[in-house]
Amino acid sequence: MAVPTHAAAPGQATAAPALGLITLFRAVFIRDLRVGLRRWTDASNAALFFILVVTLFPLALSPKAEMLRMLAPGVIWIAALLATLLSLHLLFRADLEDGTLEQLLTVPYPLGWMLLAKTLAHWVITGVPVVVMAPVLAITYHLPASAVGVLTFSLLLGTPTLILLGSIGAALTAGLRGAGVLLAFIVAPLMLPVLMLGARATDLALAGENVTGPLYLLAALLVLAISLAPVVAAGAIRISAD
Amino acid sequence: MLAGAGLTLWRGTTFLFEELSFVVPQGTALLIEGPNGSGKTSLLRVIAGLTMPESGTVTWRGADFREQTRAGQLRMTFSSHALALKAELSTRANLDFFARLSGMADKVGEILELTGLGSCADLDVRQLSAGQKRRAALARILLSRAELWLLDEPQTNLDAAGRQAVEAAIRGHLGQGGTVVVAAHQALDLGSASLARLKLGEA
Repeated sequence: MAVPTHAAAPGQATAAPALGLITLFRAVFIRDLRVGLRRWTDASNAALFFILVVTLFPLALSPKAEMLRMLAPGVIWIAALLATLLSLHLLFRADLEDGTLEQLLTVPYPLGWMLLAKTLAHWVITGVPVVVMAPVLAITYHLPASAVGVLTFSLLLGTPTLILLGSIGAALTAGLRGAGVLLAFIVAPLMLPVLMLGARATDLALAGENVTGPLYLLAALLVLAISLAPVVAAGAIRISAD
Repeated sequence: MLAGAGLTLWRGTTFLFEELSFVVPQGTALLIEGPNGSGKTSLLRVIAGLTMPESGTVTWRGADFREQTRAGQLRMTFSSHALALKAELSTRANLDFFARLSGMADKVGEILELTGLGSCADLDVRQLSAGQKRRAALARILLSRAELWLLDEPQTNLDAAGRQAVEAAIRGHLGQGGTVVVAAHQALDLGSASLARLKLGEA
């Protein structure tokens, strides 16, 4: 093996960070996406659990069309929330154990921004399948097309919010063994407004009423979660990595 | 110049180290020695700013260490037992990510050859041996463009050629005015480079 000679050039060492924020975001996002897709069994758990819960309800309850239609918004939203909780502990666990977080903590880039990229990748892997499956399952609940559209759109706005809120709990409990249930108890109360607004929007669509109110609120919660959750999660990660 | 002053760290009910101070001038290495459990890794984590000490400060050129790393005024790299390699990605993809963070993306191929990983660059990391993973960690250090290296037993699992490569890399880094803090069991052969020793775990 030859002697590496260009390892560090002290003159360069104090230069500005090599990546802009957008390229940094893309680098972290793509890396996590690739790792997540390679671990597809982990990723598909959330979607399979979602399908399972939603399909069990008509079997246990009455299969009457009007009954199912009434249940659909609540059941699908609860299943989406539980599926989110189920995969949340995976968000930072592997990165903490394999040392990736140590490295991210020691590079001169904003940690919250990198966590936002990780959280978005997690949503693409675990949340998007739920959003995609929802209209298919909603049709089996005899939901009319207009309500299916609102349900899917509310999930599209709501599931990233759920995962962003969950990232705070995941960051706090990343260093703990068997913290799955504890994590659910920490973040579930934060998630309740999203659940209520999402199910309410679908309910209103079912009754043929105006749905803009709850959808605007869901969108507002998403913006709030994008801007605040990663900062809080970054603080929590610093504690977990200690 | 890296300096620690009055560093104290508890683990449970005992002091790992108490009122520990050291100075590492630029272009020199500090070797942290001590038996297992004497706090070598903890001291490196304190220096890196990952663990908050009970008391004491770490400074770089007289100013607060943490602030400078976060502001990007000091580039450091920390190599711990956790190698930060994703088993699902190829060696090249793993290193590519860190090289992009430090702006050395064009050097990845060259460094892979230098560290003897050229033939397994496109294998998933899960297929590498423990020693090859260590070499990948060395490659990440070389790609970090960092002024300060914090190395925790960098020669673990390495064969003779690998150990010499680590020593050569450290010598090269010191020769360019870099600074190294290394925790190790084995003696390091750093040639003429200036090496200070810090013994932990001597009550």
